[in-house]
Amino acid sequence: MTAYIVRRLLYALPILVGVNLITFALFFVVNTPDDMARMQLGAKRVTPEAIEKWKAERGYDRPLLWNGSAAGAGKLTDTIFFQKSVRLFAFDFGNADDGRNIRHEIVSRMVPSLALAIPVFLIGIAVNVTFAMLMAFFRATYIDFWGVVLAVSMMSISTLFYIIGGQYLVSKVWSLVPISGYQPGLDSARFVLLPVLIGVVSGIGGGARWYRTVFLEEMGRDYVRTARAKGLAETAVLFRHVLKNAMIPILTGAVVVIPLLFMGSLLAESFFGIPGLGSYTIDAIQAQDFAVVRSMVFLGSFLYIVGLVLTDISYTLVDPRVRFE
Amino acid sequence: MMPVVLWTDALLWLLVAGVAGYALYARKRPHLRAPWRRVTRSTAGMISAVVLAAFVAVGLLDSLHYRPALEKNDAEGRTVYAVEVRSALDALIEPLRVRTEKTYSAPLATRAYAKETVDLADGTVAREFPRLRNGGAHLASEDARGRDVLLRAALGLAAAGVAWIAIACAVVWRLARTRGTGFGSMWGSVWRAETEVPWAAMLVTVGCMFGLAFPVAFLSTGYHVLGTDKVGQDVLYLSLKSIRTALVIGGLTTLVMLPFAVLLGISAGYFKGWVDDAIQYLYTTLNSIPAVLLIAAAVLMMQVYIDSRPELFPTAAQRADLRLLFLAIILGLTSWTGLARLLRGETLKLRELEYIQAARAFGVGDGRIITRHILPNVMHLVMIALVMDFSGLVLAEAVLSYVGVGVDPTMTSFGTMINSARLELAREPMVWWALAAAFAFMFTLVLAANLFADAVRDAFDPRTRVGVRGAAAGRAA
Repeated sequence: MTAYIVRRLLYALPILVGVNLITFALFFVVNTPDDMARMQLGAKRVTPEAIEKWKAERGYDRPLLWNGSAAGAGKLTDTIFFQKSVRLFAFDFGNADDGRNIRHEIVSRMVPSLALAIPVFLIGIAVNVTFAMLMAFFRATYIDFWGVVLAVSMMSISTLFYIIGGQYLVSKVWSLVPISGYQPGLDSARFVLLPVLIGVVSGIGGGARWYRTVFLEEMGRDYVRTARAKGLAETAVLFRHVLKNAMIPILTGAVVVIPLLFMGSLLAESFFGIPGLGSYTIDAIQAQDFAVVRSMVFLGSFLYIVGLVLTDISYTLVDPRVRFE
Repeated sequence: MMPVVLWTDALLWLLVAGVAGYALYARKRPHLRAPWRRVTRSTAGMISAVVLAAFVAVGLLDSLHYRPALEKNDAEGRTVYAVEVRSALDALIEPLRVRTEKTYSAPLATRAYAKETVDLADGTVAREFPRLRNGGAHLASEDARGRDVLLRAALGLAAAGVAWIAIACAVVWRLARTRGTGFGSMWGSVWRAETEVPWAAMLVTVGCMFGLAFPVAFLSTGYHVLGTDKVGQDVLYLSLKSIRTALVIGGLTTLVMLPFAVLLGISAGYFKGWVDDAIQYLYTTLNSIPAVLLIAAAVLMMQVYIDSRPELFPTAAQRADLRLLFLAIILGLTSWTGLARLLRGETLKLRELEYIQAARAFGVGDGRIITRHILPNVMHLVMIALVMDFSGLVLAEAVLSYVGVGVDPTMTSFGTMINSARLELAREPMVWWALAAAFAFMFTLVLAANLFADAVRDAFDPRTRVGVRGAAAGRAA
């Protein structure tokens, strides 16, 4: 299995290189560093000196790919591509526009992000699967029909409305929890409660409907008919046979996002003022901090690939038919 | 007036032409017509189709742009055109656009939301809620507002009733003529829901929509039915204008996505080998970048590009329009991977089937096999993916606009509406109407799109069809 994991990770390497090339092309080829400097400095203060200074401060004053003026290996390493892109592989993200070290920021912001993302993920799956099982158990009855109607309606509401509505109702009208903010330690529970609730509720529509289709597909299979023919109760069929076999599609959807939990939730964090990676990303996008956005793109892709590997490994744990070859 | 064709207009009408062309093509071919016939049998699907059609009509009206001529000619007597670009929808609802207030006012209000210092007739100065410039300005006394509102609503309902009866009669008359039965018996069978196409449900939907739209139209000649926003624009006007943005995002993105997904997906599955490897590598790489971040990065770069080349964009409307187009292109370039993977899998299965092997043995070329034998057999997947993606894209626009990587801030969209309205909830008394309007319009559009997509999926997916027939056979036995 170790050999398999190592091989999978080696397969991932070219993909990371590809991600790196795409971000490099996006950030440095589509627009030259000069364009970025002009944009950041604003129309009024643009002088050639100011642009040079801006570029020098951020290390964008090198050639893109090939530095003819440098000596020896410097021809390759003293370039924007090497300094800015290749270093991402060592998780050396450099500094943000405000001068802070990006890696340090990421590490310190991970905890609040996870404090929000992990409960949403776990409670979300539990609630969605329960809701879906209920609909599957009462399939083709009014409970199922109205359940689907409810799910489709819930997925037709923008997340923004869930957040705004929840904040208004729970925090402003009922004054149960603070509207926004965050404190480290146990106190964080007070602040995280509402975002978690909203995160779970806003996911029910899409999630429950998808799990319902998974269960229904599973229930059409031969082994279910066999189980019923043996005289098993419907609950036993559903919980002992269908649920177990539905684990594979459920895992495909769930495991792949686990590493991405580190990235935090963009909207919830910025609405609730939680200093996690999601709000970090949004702030960087709004401040047009290219270094941070680039780092987050790389980190996100890396975590996604880790998620793919984890998914493959989790298959062997739930499905004895899958073996690593 | 001088017609103006914005990029998104041209592409949107191209999309309409494409859909119309497909409809004509599919009409003549029973195997293509069959799944659409099944869609027309679905009550939920047809109800949502009626609602969607109304939205599309508004959006298309809003896609006929022109620059109005100014009253004064220039020195040489030539007509001068305004810089501002308007649309046919603007001309149709001109009063809504022109009759603005100073700032917020509640729905159907006659007085502004905020107090102002006003000079009274006797020369003194007082702080009070001023009368609105347009909302209820026709009223002699504000006490008459309740009666006036009811009267207008009732007139609107009456007009809706008349219009609805006319439409219902026209539909039934047409049905009766094609079937060769009498009007009376047709009328009866429509309302007893004996027709295959759920005409009764569709007519009820039309009735509900008329019942909403006519009173609103009658009221909006004298009031701001959904209130006004911070700069005094009518919220109803903003909501109607947002529809086009949502349709452009949902429609054009699929138009951009389609060629990539179909071409690359089928080639990967058909040619296998290194082509497959290369295409798989491409979409795995694109897929592994979290979508929001990839879109954000691309939009940021596009902003830099647009801002550093102002000479390319003569008017603000053109710049906003190009930004919208770019957004649709970026969304398309990042969302083709899912469909491409599906198509690849399906093509891998199809290419081993006997009829394709036979075609190859006869020496049919690869291009011909793909277009004649593979493409028609994966079209159902394409169709399902297209309608399923639409609602997600409309929702995504709102989120992206909130994040700051959506449409141009000057462009009306549900995202910008929500964005500017959400901070006003903290006011006392609360400014809720802009948010409520955006919610109602967006929810209706997305719900209709979701339900229609479900109907299309059920009709096109061969698996569900087998399931239905199997179930029916089971019941019969």
